[in-house]
Amino acid sequence: MVKSGSNLESVLESGRFAVTAELGPPKGTGVKAIYRKVEQLKPAVDAVNLTDNQTAITRMCSLATSALVRQAGVEPVMQITCRDRNRIGIQSDVLGAVALGIRNILCLSGDHQRFGNHPQAKNVYDLDSVQLIQTLSGMRDRKKFISGDDFSGEAPLFIGAAANPYADPYEYRVVRLAKKAKAGVDFVQTQAVFDVAKFAHWMESVCERGLDKRVHILAGVIPVKSVAMARYMRDYVSGVSVPDEIITRLEKAQDVKEEGVKICLEIIEQVRDIPGVHGIHLMAVGWEDMVPTIVDRAGLLPRPLL
Amino acid sequence: MIIAEQKPLSEIEEMLADCHKVMVAGCGTCVTVCFAGGEKEVGLLASALRMARELKGQPLETLERTLHRQCEWEFVDPVKAELEGIDAILSLGCGVGVQALSERLPGVRVLPALNTKFMGLPLEQGVWSERCAGCGDCVLDLTGGICPIARCSKSLLNGPCGGSASGKCEISPDVDCGWQLIYDRLESLGRLDLMEEPIPPKDWSYARDGGPRRIVREDLRLGQ
Repeated sequence: MVKSGSNLESVLESGRFAVTAELGPPKGTGVKAIYRKVEQLKPAVDAVNLTDNQTAITRMCSLATSALVRQAGVEPVMQITCRDRNRIGIQSDVLGAVALGIRNILCLSGDHQRFGNHPQAKNVYDLDSVQLIQTLSGMRDRKKFISGDDFSGEAPLFIGAAANPYADPYEYRVVRLAKKAKAGVDFVQTQAVFDVAKFAHWMESVCERGLDKRVHILAGVIPVKSVAMARYMRDYVSGVSVPDEIITRLEKAQDVKEEGVKICLEIIEQVRDIPGVHGIHLMAVGWEDMVPTIVDRAGLLPRPLL
Repeated sequence: MIIAEQKPLSEIEEMLADCHKVMVAGCGTCVTVCFAGGEKEVGLLASALRMARELKGQPLETLERTLHRQCEWEFVDPVKAELEGIDAILSLGCGVGVQALSERLPGVRVLPALNTKFMGLPLEQGVWSERCAGCGDCVLDLTGGICPIARCSKSLLNGPCGGSASGKCEISPDVDCGWQLIYDRLESLGRLDLMEEPIPPKDWSYARDGGPRRIVREDLRLGQ
């Protein structure tokens, strides 16, 4: 049964290997950079994620950016975090998003404001990410708000979430995915995979529980541009685990960027072979122009036109 | 209990800049136990303020008085008789104490000497930690007796987010991940099944979000 009619849904439901990428909205009002990145990503992806004030730094909202990206001809995955808006604001944004033609929404807890440019802010967390998934599935399937109140029209949504196999407690991570599946999630994009063995182990538990049959899993992949970036992610980005081996490879490389791309391609090749993995999610923030090359060299072009 | 901490002396001095005589009022309950506003702290703060003002050539007269409890009228009312010539009361009570004095002692300024921090407990000598956020609708039965509202930085109800690493919260290596604590506790109780079921959105109307709260117990009211 078609839930949203989105391109991403069609690609995944038809059993094709999906490719999504991330696009960080600008810290400003200009649209040129958005259009430039959209043009770069367009031929290489099935949909593009628009982050919601990622790392708690105030940027153009994901709703407006998603609408702009859609106008420019690429399907958006609008991200919503629970950090900045309560259930009134979020459900209102969802109605507006649907009206603007947005069909994919990804539900996140959101990075704590401690990391951002307003650490003095009050956070909201009226809902958490699991409850946000429940909220969207309730709006889509029962046409009701959380309160049970009705709204007019339809909310055809393809509902996404994140999954982090590298966070603790490790044993709980598959339970958390099961919880998100129960809440009604359709697809998840994972935290960036560098440690493929650990990811494969997690995927085994996912498949043992049969969750791969209920949820499309897209493995997160980050092409690393520099040694400094790899070290930064290892040391400061919450929930990311970068093995020392990768850092050593980059340190020894003559052409660090090429080595970063190679590592990325190797990871893509390995995760494609893991049962239950239905796609990749490329997080090349600040390196969007490299995405088509990576997708091409990974043998994932052309993207299906459905 | 309520845990509080004294404001910086400079901030208190500023509040009292135009005062010549103040009552420095302690409280004998929570803030005494957490060494923020008991009789001893009243004495120390009063003398520190007098010395600071003496150095500026603007002496301050202080009257030290520690109430059994600043948050009950019967202990507050006797203070009325001692306010002659007082410019302000500097309360070392919690926020409730400051307000109780303000409500009961019209015509006199009541100023806070403490920042009221949280409801918690002492972990060890000199270390206090938050335990309850007073959300008005307790969920501790579902979470192994460890509160996700007070102890998860995001007050999540459905388990640890992706920022939980090695038992610590993403906000700081000094902060335990509340949900790791809950997970460990439920595991030790053989109740990890409680982690499986999605917990629906919380009704925050029982919390401060529903407006200022009040409890009325008809069975306890007198002469109605």
